[in-house]
Amino acid sequence: MSYIILADFSVIRPDFGLFFWTTVIFLLFWFLMSKFAFKPIAEALQERQRDIQDSLDEAKKAREDMANLKSENQELLRQAQEERVNILREAKEAKDSIIAEAKNKARDEAKKIVSDAKTQIENQKMAAIVEMKNQSGRMAIDIAEKLLKSELKGEGANESFVQRLVDEVKLN
Amino acid sequence: MRKYFLSFCCIVCLSLFASAQHDGHNHDGHDHSGHDHSQHQHGDHSGHNHSHDGHDHSGHDHSNHDHGAHAGHAHAADQGHGHHGTKNGCGVETHHEFKPGEAAFHHISDQNIYSIGPFSLPLPCFLYAPEKGWDVFSSGKFYADSHGTGEKAYNKYVLFEGSVRRVQDASFPDGAVELGHHAVFGKKLKDAKGKDKEFAFVCYNGQQYQCDSKSTADAGMFGGGITSFYDFSMTKNVVSMILVFLFLAWVFLSMAKSYKARRGMAPKGITNFMEPIFIFIQDEVAKPFLGHKWMTYLPFLQCIFFFILGLNLFGQVPFLGGSNVTGNLAFTAVLAIAAFLVTNLSGNAHYWGHTLWMPGVPAILKILVITPVEILGLFIKPITLMLRLFANITAGHMVIAIFVGLIFVFGQSGANPGAAYGTAVGSTILTLFMMAIELLVAFIQAFVFTILTASYIGAAVEEAHH
Repeated sequence: MSYIILADFSVIRPDFGLFFWTTVIFLLFWFLMSKFAFKPIAEALQERQRDIQDSLDEAKKAREDMANLKSENQELLRQAQEERVNILREAKEAKDSIIAEAKNKARDEAKKIVSDAKTQIENQKMAAIVEMKNQSGRMAIDIAEKLLKSELKGEGANESFVQRLVDEVKLN
Repeated sequence: MRKYFLSFCCIVCLSLFASAQHDGHNHDGHDHSGHDHSQHQHGDHSGHNHSHDGHDHSGHDHSNHDHGAHAGHAHAADQGHGHHGTKNGCGVETHHEFKPGEAAFHHISDQNIYSIGPFSLPLPCFLYAPEKGWDVFSSGKFYADSHGTGEKAYNKYVLFEGSVRRVQDASFPDGAVELGHHAVFGKKLKDAKGKDKEFAFVCYNGQQYQCDSKSTADAGMFGGGITSFYDFSMTKNVVSMILVFLFLAWVFLSMAKSYKARRGMAPKGITNFMEPIFIFIQDEVAKPFLGHKWMTYLPFLQCIFFFILGLNLFGQVPFLGGSNVTGNLAFTAVLAIAAFLVTNLSGNAHYWGHTLWMPGVPAILKILVITPVEILGLFIKPITLMLRLFANITAGHMVIAIFVGLIFVFGQSGANPGAAYGTAVGSTILTLFMMAIELLVAFIQAFVFTILTASYIGAAVEEAHH
């Protein structure tokens, strides 16, 4: 028997007063909240979202920059090390070549000295030989002179005399 | 969309469950009323009027409009006895047999007083009778008893179960009139169509005067219609709306202020609590449905969501009057009309083209089927919005009121204290369960109203993509 229910089911009968007040309050709520709350809140949220996104992007960029910088540094370090190795190698080569050159030079010098010495020895030898030749010549002449002078005295005596002269030469 | 569909299914199941409960208990209620009348026809309590009067007031405070208070009064009712009738000055039996269905209807109805537990706060009345003009006074002038029925009349207005009625009879005096206990009472009469209907009567000087209910906008469809007066009072629902309005305004204005004051800093306090809900509506409702125009309609959607949610939750706070604003058709109608206007006033050429002259369909089909259906659809959409919210919230409030009412039914209004205690235990568990579900429904219904409004607006502002 639904008539009792309908008779008291007042919420289904829209009442002008409640309709009026709901309209007034809802419109006021809509106007005030849109203007002073929901729009500013939504804008603040958007702004914050943008801020956060920007910060994250910046952080990412900074990280990338840092990584780039690091790899650049590593490249520099690698180049420096290469350079160092090169320099060291070049220095070693220079040292070796200097030493080798010096050695060669010394060897040449020594050779020159030796050859000079030899030449000098040869020269002196030749001078000595010449001297000896001259002396032996002179000696021969002297001997011959003396022989000639003593020829008048006996044969035996001559021979011993010559012998004595030869002995004298040996002693020289 | 799947999750929305799922939640919609849940709501449908809940509504069915709720309405099944509701029907069952109403039959109960009616059986009791039938029983009640047969008893009272044989009753001969005329000699005991006075003592019963007093007893009725102390023992049968079952018309308190608060879930929590009902449970508390179960004990009071336990001490009562089986007599429930008293007679007023006109010798009319005013029955107070407890009927859970009627108690639930009373609980969910809008009232001209605000009852919290045993206290009833008077509210301002703005009443307009075309033949007489405006009357502005406080409902305190009615001197409402614990049932919300006035013991005095003022300028031909009386208060019956929390609601203002008007005596149309010219012989009834103006000004403040002393009526006495139970002088305003309900009586079943045949209406114009020959159906039984309850009318309010007032007993004054031994004479009965019929009272008009306030005018309603249902054009007689649901038993209302235009009567001799209009009630523009700040009722319990209006006061609840104002309270929720002030609370929400405080929350969101301080939130907006904190964003301004704490620019570039992390959110703090209440902002932290409200922000995820705000962003949920923004990102899950406004953005998917409205595309790049979401910012234009966001404030409207947020208003709808938070206003409905706030009032849904306010109505569920125990010991706060349990006002049923979102379960009142007038309230949901205003929101639905707002959604209808926003949707259709922002409709673009593409939308109207598809509504009125669907491209790619033969002209005869358009004229006969598509266009009429589409035009009907324009109105059906907001009507479903209006009915869905109304039915869900009303059903929830009624189920809780009826669960509490079971205590009085099984306890036979105090005649059977043992049964009342036993039922109170079961009822408390059921009520707790229902309140948990209602809490969920409060969020779901606010969300569903908002997301459907967003989808309607989204369809209206969608750009043609050819």
